[in-house]
Amino acid sequence: MESLSNKRKVLESKPLNFWERAYLPAIVQGLSITMKHFFRKPVTISYPEEQREFSENFRGMHSLKRDENGKERCTACGLCALSCPAEAITMIAAERQKGEEHLYREEKYAAVYEINMLRCIFCGLCEEACPKEAIYLDGNIVPADYLRKDFIYGKDKLVEAPLNQ
Amino acid sequence: MKVTIDGIPVEVEPGTTILNAARQIGGDIVPPAMCYYSKLEGSGGKCRTCLVKVSKGSEKDPRPMPKLVASCRTTVMDGMEVQNITSPEVIEARKGIVEILLINHPLDCPICDQAGECDLQNLGFEHGAVKTRYEFDRRTFEKIDIGDKIQLHMTRCILCYRCVFTADQITDHRIHGILNRGDHSEISTYIKAAVDNDFSGNVIDVCPVGALTDKTFRFKNRVWFTKPVDAHRDCDHEKCNGKVTLWYKGEEVLRVTARKDKYGEVEEFICNTCRFDKKKTSDWVIEGPRKISHKSVISANHYEFKPLPVVKTNPQLMEKNKEQFERDTRL
Repeated sequence: MESLSNKRKVLESKPLNFWERAYLPAIVQGLSITMKHFFRKPVTISYPEEQREFSENFRGMHSLKRDENGKERCTACGLCALSCPAEAITMIAAERQKGEEHLYREEKYAAVYEINMLRCIFCGLCEEACPKEAIYLDGNIVPADYLRKDFIYGKDKLVEAPLNQ
Repeated sequence: MKVTIDGIPVEVEPGTTILNAARQIGGDIVPPAMCYYSKLEGSGGKCRTCLVKVSKGSEKDPRPMPKLVASCRTTVMDGMEVQNITSPEVIEARKGIVEILLINHPLDCPICDQAGECDLQNLGFEHGAVKTRYEFDRRTFEKIDIGDKIQLHMTRCILCYRCVFTADQITDHRIHGILNRGDHSEISTYIKAAVDNDFSGNVIDVCPVGALTDKTFRFKNRVWFTKPVDAHRDCDHEKCNGKVTLWYKGEEVLRVTARKDKYGEVEEFICNTCRFDKKKTSDWVIEGPRKISHKSVISANHYEFKPLPVVKTNPQLMEKNKEQFERDTRL
């Protein structure tokens, strides 16, 4: 039958000549390719000792930001949780008491703020929704862990370290 | 009487205002209203958001009205022709009104409990400009405590007078009103007398912004995470018939409000016992979920149909998942 594309190759199986039957040249050729790779730059890196540079718009672990005076910016408005397509964010708001003005920027703050890293798809919609520039996905890759409950990141892991430390 | 609003004719009673005539037609052509409240006598005429253009005064006198008129206060004439959304002049004016209403508004929506059901938010979203041209400091007030049930945020107030009318007409004696004049005017109880009255809680519902909010709901949750459910109970109060909306979060009733129609006006005023003291499901007879417009953020993630199960319910798997989640030693 005529092939449709006319690209069919007819292979001929000729009997091998002496050098081909000896196999030695083919082995030497194969080994030389292997040896050549010893001297090339390796394509892998030894993570976690070495780390690759991320692109500028890489989205990693979330961090809750502080303002220039070290106050928490998050005011628990819930827009991140509303925009989250994976429903990974929950929060409980509380009212700022007298004497806590140096801790929280606004009248209301997030007493509990939790992100379920197993649910999170790192889409960055929370970052876009935030009216207070409080959440950014500027961290590293979220580390692996053994227990499911350790993937629920609370404020202890998410909030940026205070300024004077 | 026959009036035509944006080209749609409607037959109305004499003495009807343009706004109410438009509401009889319904749809997009209804002018927004921040201060007018159909249940309160004398309300309206203050915020100017309902301005419309009268392009033909009446059949007898077909001259157009020289300026835009407030549709909540202007009654219809036979053969009147009104332009609302078809007039670029009205759209432009409304944009200006939003800007002026927002001049002293703090825009603290992320903190405000009204966010998500705020008339000013909707108005600004639909009719406003993105940026303000105002460069000066916004007006601030000393905090006034008006009791343990109602929270007053004077900075958010747009001086619509709705709460004053409510206090005047719904409650027995009013203790709050407007102090000072012009730019300095503010809603206040005069000598910081607590607002204690059986119907005082209704000022929360009539407030179009977050100036008067429920203190028992303060910072509890955002309205769009709660689930509105219609319910009623036998109320002892003779003026209250106990028809309310309960706002649930999980099993818990976070707040109780009166039922609001599509213009954000309450259907019936409710008493303070229903509003503040009955926050258990056992106090109420549940009627069913409240219908919320799909345009509202409150209806986000609320399904009217039962969503298809992602995974078929598998009790064995659910049990294992729970076990996995509660585990605190690695396998």
